[in-house]
This record gives sequence, C-alpha cells and structure tokens, in this order.
Amino acid sequence: MSAASATTAASAELATARLRPRRARAPLGEGRARVAKAVWLGLVSLYFVIPLAATAAFSLEGEHGSYTISAYTQILSSSAFSSAFLLSLRLAIETIVLAVVLVVPTAYWVRLRLPKLRPVMEALSFGPFVVSPVVLAVGVENVFRKAPSWFIGSPNILVVLYVVLSFPFLYRALDAGLRAIDVHTLTEAARSLGAGWALTLWRVILPNLRTAIISGALLAFAIVMGEFTIASLLLFNTFGVYIETVGMTAATGAAALALISFALTWLAMGGLVLVLGRAGGGKGSVARQVQIGVTR
Amino acid sequence: MTALTDAPVVVDEAVGTRRPRPRRRSLAWLGAVPFLAYAFLFLVLPGVSVIVSAFQNTNGSFTTQWVRDLFQGQFLSANVNSLELAALSAITGGVVGFLAAYAVVTLGRPRWLRSFVTTFSAVAANFAGVPLAFAFVATIGSEGAMTKLLENALGVNISSFNLVSVTGLVVVYTYFQIPLMVLVVAPALDGLRREWREAAANLGASATQYWLRVGLPVLAPSVIGAMLLLFASGFAAYATAVALTSGLVNLVATLIGNYLSGNVIAQPQMGQALGLDMLVVLFVAVGLYLLLQRRASKWVR
Repeated sequence: MSAASATTAASAELATARLRPRRARAPLGEGRARVAKAVWLGLVSLYFVIPLAATAAFSLEGEHGSYTISAYTQILSSSAFSSAFLLSLRLAIETIVLAVVLVVPTAYWVRLRLPKLRPVMEALSFGPFVVSPVVLAVGVENVFRKAPSWFIGSPNILVVLYVVLSFPFLYRALDAGLRAIDVHTLTEAARSLGAGWALTLWRVILPNLRTAIISGALLAFAIVMGEFTIASLLLFNTFGVYIETVGMTAATGAAALALISFALTWLAMGGLVLVLGRAGGGKGSVARQVQIGVTR
Repeated sequence: MTALTDAPVVVDEAVGTRRPRPRRRSLAWLGAVPFLAYAFLFLVLPGVSVIVSAFQNTNGSFTTQWVRDLFQGQFLSANVNSLELAALSAITGGVVGFLAAYAVVTLGRPRWLRSFVTTFSAVAANFAGVPLAFAFVATIGSEGAMTKLLENALGVNISSFNLVSVTGLVVVYTYFQIPLMVLVVAPALDGLRREWREAAANLGASATQYWLRVGLPVLAPSVIGAMLLLFASGFAAYATAVALTSGLVNLVATLIGNYLSGNVIAQPQMGQALGLDMLVVLFVAVGLYLLLQRRASKWVR
C-alpha cells in the first residue's frame, strides 16, 4: 500500500509543477498534488491511530462483549501501581535536579571560558546513543558490582544513569539557549556590578535559560517515566517494569497501562511544545531537540 | 544537531583569551571537572569496561575466543536477525517518514498541521518500549481488538500473522521509526529552497531533472544520515523486543539482557562480547550519521 501511493503522490506533485503555470502566491503543493499529499498523510495517520483506538477498545473489554472500566479502576487502586509510579516520579524529579545542577553550570562555563571543550561536550552528548542502555547496564554491572549497596543496591544508581541518558537532550537545549543570548556581555555586566559567579549564574544566566531548562526537564521526565531497560536489568520495580509485569498476567490491564503511559508522554511533549512555542523557538526547534528521542 | 565546529567558537575563543590572565585560565579548567568526571565514571568507564571484558577470560587473561564466537551459530544468527530488523525498520520508517515529512512541509496549510505533526511525532517517537509492544498485542495480537473486528465484520482472519517474529517486530518498530524520521528530516526539507526549483525551471529543467540534479543530491546526506540513526535505534531497542517476544526471537539486544540477568549461565563472557558487538555497530552508524550531518549542514540553515 505505502510504496504505491507514495509514488502517486510524488509523480502527481511533479506533474502539476510542470503543467500548470504557477500563480503568484500559489504554494508548492497545489490541486491534485495537494490531494495526493493529504491522502498520503491520511493513510499514514491510520497506522498511528488504529493501534491507539484498538488498545482503548481492548482495555475496556468486559465479559461477553460488554464494556467496563474495571481495568482502569483496578490498576489505579492497586498498591503495586502507586508504589511503582511514585518511585518513577521520584526518580524523574531527582534526575532532573541532578542533571540541571550538573549540566547547566558546565554548559555555561564551557560557552564562556572553555570553548575548546565544546567538541568534547558534543561528542559526549552522542555517548548514550553509542553506549546504549543495554550496554550501559552491562558496563555498570562490571564497574560497580562491588560498590556499596546504598549505591548499587538502591534506586540511586538509576538516578545516576538517567542523568546520563537525559544529558544529550538537556545539553542540546542548553546549547541552543546559550547561543541565543550574549553570555559574555551578560556575565561582564553582572560581574562589573559586583555579582559573584554564583549570583551571576543564579540571577542572570538561569532566568535567561528558563525555556531551555524546562524543555530539557520535560524530555528527561518522559525518558525516566518510560524507562524499562536499565531498571529491569538492574532489578528495580519502576513504572516501566511494573507495566511489563502486569502484561504477563492481565491483558486488559496492560492495554490500559499502555494508554496511561501514552497520555503521560503526551503531557510531557505537549508541555514542551507549549513552552517552546511561547518562547518563539521557530518551526524547527522542537524537532531539533527531540530528534534522537529513542533511548529504549 | 549543528556541525561539531561552527563560527561562534572562533568568536568565543577571541573573547575568552582577550584578557591575558594565565592564573585564571588554569583555574577555568576546574569548572568542567565535575561534569567530565561524572561522564567518565558513568558513561565512558562502563563502555570501556565492556570492550576490555570482551577480550578477557574469567581469570582475567587475554582471549579473542568470545569475539570469534560472535560469528558462529546462535550469535551469528542473532546478529543477522538484529541487522535485518534494524535495516528493514529503518528503510520502511525512513521512506514513509520522508514522504510524510515532505507532504507536511510542502502543504504548508492548514497552519496547525506542521506543529500538530511535530508534536505527535515527538510523542510517538518517545512512545517506544513496553507500552508500544502491548498496544500492538492488543490490536493485532491473536486476541487483539483489530483481529476480532476484522474477523467478525469482514471475515478476514489475520491471526496467522505472528507478532513474535522479525517481521512482526518490523511492523511494531515502524511506529517509532516513522516519527523519528519526520523529526530528523523536516529541517533538511525546510532547507530545500523554492528559488532553486524556480532557477532550475528558468534554465529549462524538467521536474524530474530538478529532482535528479538538485533536490535529491542536496537531500541525500540528510536522508541517508537520518536512516542510519533509525538503524541505530532499531538495533539498540531492547524494551519493545523483550515485551513483545520474551526473548523468543534471537536478537543481540535481548541476548545481552539474558546474559546480564543470569538467564544464561554458560560462558558468561559472551554477554560482554555481545555488548562490544552492539557498541561497534552503533558507533559505526552514529559516526556515519555525524559525518553526513556535517555535509548536510552546508544546506540546512
């Protein structure tokens, strides 16, 4: 289906471009080409909507063809759900705080005083895509197997690793944010008025990077709330792991959880688009920041 | 996603070195130490430990046996399956995603279309893993809602389609590959300027000639680079595969997981060798992506 209609869309586009003299304000896609493109987008969106709709229908299935919301009420009232969900929520908040504390001053400092380090930061920001979560889990097990149990045996280790997974997104957002402001002038102005480094960072730089920090934080939130690989391999019962456990026993419950998780992702990404839209980031800014979204 | 070096760096250097304070400069490096130490400890060191361990016996002596074993039997077939899955899902997602992005960018109207598609893509690209697997089981699994609907309403039986297979995984992975492609390739399509097309037309080029000589050569680095990125994400994906197949399809990612969680006890060092295997594949794919991205940035503003 896909290949055939794709060719139609492309050739229709070419045909109209050749045959019709273009009117003054006519956009590129026109007439038949516009229809072909709309049809193509419609077909593609079916592929995305059907699984969601079917999952919703499946999650509401009761006995003998009836419909019920019991899958949702059961999950939301179970203590396993709330403890796993709250654990992930806690991890997400801790990850965001640690990542911001670690990365914001570094990104600022590199921009201001250590421009030679920028290629290193760029390279490190691709690190988590080369050392994928599975490999990272293996490596961490190698290196920290004999570490004290308050570190390796507690969810603290997950926070530490989620900071690594979130780093590319936060750094990219901050890099764009720092490029948009005149870091040197702002810093010199603050310093010449007598502000120390900490005060400069807190009162001058940080407010200017609000958009970047919020969007980085929302991406980190989406990553942590859905993370399964590292948590399950290091044997922690996070929200992601809980969803998988439910899937082993309750099919409708798993479908309900899939939808809840989808809604959470919407919440984070919708917030991201809102924040960036208000900041007037332009067409490509969202795309540029979530580009390499898949770390699972 | 910009090039590794660009103009502002030069400017910064000039500003940064304007004040000749050697003592300050030596201290400036200290500011980056906490972060660099963190990245070394929790990213670089684990990565290196996998590489080193892949060449070690359990007693610590050097061996290439595990790495050689990667090219045999079960491990070879895991590699073949993973490469096939990554390539097929990257090509499907790449082609469909490119055409969708092209349609969205060139349609222009209605105004909300672009931002809606971007937001949805951001959501769908991040909606990978366990929930995605369950959504597909609930849809076209043997008891899925779509399976039943087709059976009851149209008498079409799709229950013979097996989600627990490489093909099944390709169908599921495409769900995050298409939006990923849209996100990566849309900025490149923005860079394709209307004036070029008009200039080509003024010089007498047909639409086909325009695409062959201008459009595709300009887009090629971005499109190929984007597909390499999809390939990497398809090869590395673990959660979706585990939730869907419980390890029944032999893949590099799920095999590593089996070794790490102790489901496989014989030759524990193979887990490290498979880790090295994935590391190398991802390094090549992401590295090529970055090289192509550098080339593409000539055209993308």
